Amino acid sequence: MTNPIIQLQNVSFQYDGTQALNNISFQVEQGDFLALLGPNGSGKSTLLKLILGLLKPASGEIELFGESIQSFKQREWIGYVSQKSNAFNSGFPATVAEVVKSGLTKKIGLFNHYPKDVDKRVIKALEAVGMENFATRNIGQLSGGQQQRVFIARALIAEPKLLILDEPTVGIDHENVQSFYDMLVKLNEERQITMILVTHDVDIVSEHISHVACLNKTIHFHGYKNDFDHISEQKLDAWYGHKVRKIH
Amino acid sequence: MIEAILRYEFLQNAFFSGLIIGIIAPLLGVFIVVRRLSLIADALSHVTLAGIAGSLYVSQNFAALALLNPIYLGIIASVSGSVLIERLRRLYKHYEELAIPIIMSGGIGLSAIFISLASGFNTDLMSYLFGSVSAVSRQDLWVVLAIAAVVVIFLLLFFKELFVLSFDEEYAKASGLPAKWIHLLFMIVVALVIAASMRIVGILLVSSLMTLPVAAAMRLAKGFKQAILYAIIFGELAVIMGLVSAFYLNLAPGGTIVVTSILILLFVIVSKKVTIRNKEAAL
Ligand SMILES: Nc1ncnc2c1ncn2[C@@H]1O[C@H](COP(=O)(O)OP(=O)(O)OP(=O)(O)O)[C@@H](O)[C@H]1O
Ligand SMILES: [Mg+2]
Repeated sequence: MTNPIIQLQNVSFQYDGTQALNNISFQVEQGDFLALLGPNGSGKSTLLKLILGLLKPASGEIELFGESIQSFKQREWIGYVSQKSNAFNSGFPATVAEVVKSGLTKKIGLFNHYPKDVDKRVIKALEAVGMENFATRNIGQLSGGQQQRVFIARALIAEPKLLILDEPTVGIDHENVQSFYDMLVKLNEERQITMILVTHDVDIVSEHISHVACLNKTIHFHGYKNDFDHISEQKLDAWYGHKVRKIH
Repeated sequence: MIEAILRYEFLQNAFFSGLIIGIIAPLLGVFIVVRRLSLIADALSHVTLAGIAGSLYVSQNFAALALLNPIYLGIIASVSGSVLIERLRRLYKHYEELAIPIIMSGGIGLSAIFISLASGFNTDLMSYLFGSVSAVSRQDLWVVLAIAAVVVIFLLLFFKELFVLSFDEEYAKASGLPAKWIHLLFMIVVALVIAASMRIVGILLVSSLMTLPVAAAMRLAKGFKQAILYAIIFGELAVIMGLVSAFYLNLAPGGTIVVTSILILLFVIVSKKVTIRNKEAAL
């Protein structure tokens, strides 16, 4: 049996008159590892923000975990690392542990305090991303790639069922990108966390993912990764309006 | 000094109010500074001034209200100002900082009108502008205590949400936190603290007690809790040293407290530079 975790039906969205997304329909199932591909300005981040409830669709329906997004309350099931997560004020006085701990805020709920074992949970989340030795460091003094790992730990500490990552490897060097994706695959396989990943690293990611969606204002392709591999480059060019190179 | 405090009620009022403000102003100040809202504190203090000046005018002209404590109208003005600023910030989404000069000039304009209606500056008004050691009443002290209780309760309830909101607003919204409401409550509490602080440091210098100790703390702290702790220590130091020197030298405490804060800040900046240089030299 399949459990759609995300279901979009004829979703459209515009920013002050400019159409960003047009008639999007697709679904993501439990355990999927979906790569969302598309050129700059194709609406990838916008689509994620709609799923997260940061933006409201102009038309169409969004369901999360089988519930309409308006009535969906379990936001702590969804972990999110935004494209701009490195854009925080780098002079912010916070330790890595404090930032990771803050990922529990919604799960614990208003008026409640952190549980007693919170420090252990922080270390566990940091271990999952290989950053356990940085707990007491200032967040602003880490490299971009290290910060990105911390933000993933912040998402993981609440034990999400769905992890949404918007270009998480920007600022990570080529060698570390590989180990970064290995870490995501491990989370996907061991913890059955459903993943949605926006990326331009098609070549590196393609061996790990299960599904691909190609977006350019509308969904041009959505399906198994194997089927995606058989799409001709001419077709991709037509969708994106410029040359696309597919690397196997 | 301690003898004098034991003997005179006005000194007790000033010192206890000062000690409380030395905690709550830098405590909220940490959130204000990291969220880059320092100028809003300034705008709100000028709105508070309009409330104070209005109250002084009313007291002069209506016998029935002659004994009205200006702190109440000050609080009302400050809280309304904070709500108005939020309205304006939402209206000018892409120019949020426009709200500050609008509210600030509104506050100063109203103050100017009330001050001239009340036929100019008098010593009362001076004490509100730059603080006073002698003018703090028992009633003022109670108001300060009540506001401190509000601050403590607010932070006990919303500390972790405020941290998320300060660090990463989009993440806070994406996690489904009621960011808008928490922010509005925060602004109202800030307005209350500004109204509470003005008796001691004065309207024109309130925002400095919220920002200078934090500026010094941020040079030293690695984490958020640490920054809060240092900010409170520096805030208390400034208030105590400022009040003592104001008492002995017969100066306005707002001036002495702020100058002390600046000296602390300079000391922290310089000593940090020196330790970094020594470390580099040792390598
Ligand atoms: N806040 C905004 N206001 C107005 N238009 C916007 C806004 N954000 C995005 N857009 C427009 O919507 C379209 C889609 O933007 P989006 O950020 O979703 O693209 P993207 O696929 O994430 O691009 P990138 O690869 O550069 O991250 C673009 O044309 C962009 O100009
Ligand atoms: Mg994007």
